[in-house]
Amino acid sequence: MTTAAALWWAVVASGIYHGVNPGMGWPLAVSAALMERDYGSLYKALGALAGGHLLAMAAILFPFTALLVLAEWQKEIQIGAALVVIALGIYLLLNRRHPRFLARVPPSRLALWSFLAAMAHGAGLMLVPIYLGICRTVESDQGHAAAATLMSGNTSVAATVAVLHTLAMMLSGGALAVGVYHWLGLKFLSKSWFNLDVVWAFSLIAVGGISLLSLH
Amino acid sequence: MNLRPDPTFHATAKLAMEAPVETLAFTLMLSPDGSQPDGLAVVDVDPKSKKYGQIVHQVIMPNKGDEFHHFGWNACSSALSPLTGHAFLERRYLIIPGIRSSRIYVVDVKDPLKAKIHKIIEPEEVFAKTGYSRPHTIHCGPEGIYVSTLGGGGEDGTDGPPGIFIMDCETFEILGRYEMDRGAQDKHYDFWWNLPRDYMVSSEWGLPPQFENGIVPEDLLSNKYGHKIHFWNLRERRNVQTIDLGENHQMALEIRPAHDPSKDYGFCGVVVDTTNLQGAIFTWWQKDDGTFEAKKTITIDPHPAAKDDLPPLLQGFEAVPPLVTDIDLSLDDKYLYVACWGQGEMHQYDVSDPMNPKLTGKVEIGGIVKKTSHPNGKAFAYGPQMVEISRDGKRVYWTNSLYSTWDDQFYPDDEGGQMVMANVGENGGLELEKDFYIEFPKGYRSHQIRLEGGDCSTDSFCYPSV
Repeated sequence: MTTAAALWWAVVASGIYHGVNPGMGWPLAVSAALMERDYGSLYKALGALAGGHLLAMAAILFPFTALLVLAEWQKEIQIGAALVVIALGIYLLLNRRHPRFLARVPPSRLALWSFLAAMAHGAGLMLVPIYLGICRTVESDQGHAAAATLMSGNTSVAATVAVLHTLAMMLSGGALAVGVYHWLGLKFLSKSWFNLDVVWAFSLIAVGGISLLSLH
Repeated sequence: MNLRPDPTFHATAKLAMEAPVETLAFTLMLSPDGSQPDGLAVVDVDPKSKKYGQIVHQVIMPNKGDEFHHFGWNACSSALSPLTGHAFLERRYLIIPGIRSSRIYVVDVKDPLKAKIHKIIEPEEVFAKTGYSRPHTIHCGPEGIYVSTLGGGGEDGTDGPPGIFIMDCETFEILGRYEMDRGAQDKHYDFWWNLPRDYMVSSEWGLPPQFENGIVPEDLLSNKYGHKIHFWNLRERRNVQTIDLGENHQMALEIRPAHDPSKDYGFCGVVVDTTNLQGAIFTWWQKDDGTFEAKKTITIDPHPAAKDDLPPLLQGFEAVPPLVTDIDLSLDDKYLYVACWGQGEMHQYDVSDPMNPKLTGKVEIGGIVKKTSHPNGKAFAYGPQMVEISRDGKRVYWTNSLYSTWDDQFYPDDEGGQMVMANVGENGGLELEKDFYIEFPKGYRSHQIRLEGGDCSTDSFCYPSV
């Protein structure tokens, strides 16, 4: 497998990882369908959760796209991003408290909640080193293209990364929501919910670490 | 922090009903004259145990004069909402407020037979951080543990209105007041909510001078106790509607929403109607436009009584009022239990149709006039009061004390603390269990009961029962 393919698979894998975690919201889709007594509400809720998540990915990735205009600083940007991701991982390891402001979001504003939950847990940041890695493989294919071409290329890569990741997240979380609604029952929720806080923090550190290593 | 949600957290009320049955109960013991420290009794409720129906452990507090009343858990099934973000908490600590001292104890019951005090929050801290006093009802919700209070600031608790404050559910730090806009709310008692629908309901007893030294008959007869219920936008912390049940409906106490959050109604018990001495239950509900309404759906008549059989407080009426002091709803939202503390009766209503409750069972025990004995032949002081239902709905437990000074006014000749249990019939009905009768140690009365693993007045469920 080429580096590019591996990185794209990492985008999908991280999406599945976020999607199956109840903490990212799929139980709320089940709840919506049951509360409204309308199965369609499950998909509406999933859509809102995915929309918020997508926005959170975009909000993190696009500023890095803009930074990449500084082509000669690319390596430094990548190192900086990797360090930020590692720092967040360490912070989450040391500070194991749940951000309380999330509990203030009303249950009717699922998209907002999903956006804030993704931001608070650094879900978007996890994608940054992967995204920068992909940009680099594209660039080395193209050689040194003009800044404008590079910029538009990087923008579309960012958009693709965000959409692909969110799609994987929505499909995996959605599959669980549909499964629980139809067959598994809500007992599955408390049985299958694992505390991934530590794993999550280590994932951030790992993604940042791999990114740093790959630069040498 | 756990790696999994606590096994006693359930997504729905139905799943909670199917969970293993309780083997232990926690009951508060209070020293009515403050001569001994209050305590927490751990009671064996496992019929297979050799110590069935006995107190198997006691946690006695280091202070006197707290007056224990209501209490609750640090965490419940509400933790299973991703919105709350506390899925991996343990149901491990009981939060026990002293309603008279304003001191709060956090008791670790992880090993129930070795339960011990984990933390004590002194009254000064409660006053300084909240401006409230006399903490009362505990519920676990968004952002942490919610605690209702009956008093405001100042010596007699009338400097500003009482309200709710929030505690951190892990460190038990007091975070501060809940309310952003309390509207017309100026008294407090109970509160509960519907988490997915994002509303809270609160009720009113009276201000501390109206209860601490006993009931004030003039205040009651001039309808000065609470008679309103308040509806709140839970997360905006705003009172959005106040419903006045009518000033004759004195003391709107327990709030019991349907456990299934897809149902948009609940109940509230009213102690006494000053026009006719009836006790009453109101059904409240949320309408399609989001506003609320309430309607009286149960009335319980007073019983005529000879003057000589009544305490001085009631002699002028020549009747004994039911005094509806506690209500509790089974997890399937089918049966509402109503304690008639004055008459010495526990009623069971089928509330499958919440607008048309039907009386389906009744147990007589204690009572101002009747003084009915337990089936085992022993006396039962006062009347049925704090009631708690097992998760599976098959057993109903209750104790007998209302509030130290009020016990003495309504039952001047009684003394003692008892806890009993009644079995629920297959199709309703209620019958006292002959072999379950707990006498609390001398000098103690008993108040609220909590069941191991959660019960019918602690857990808030985030998902509909299907």
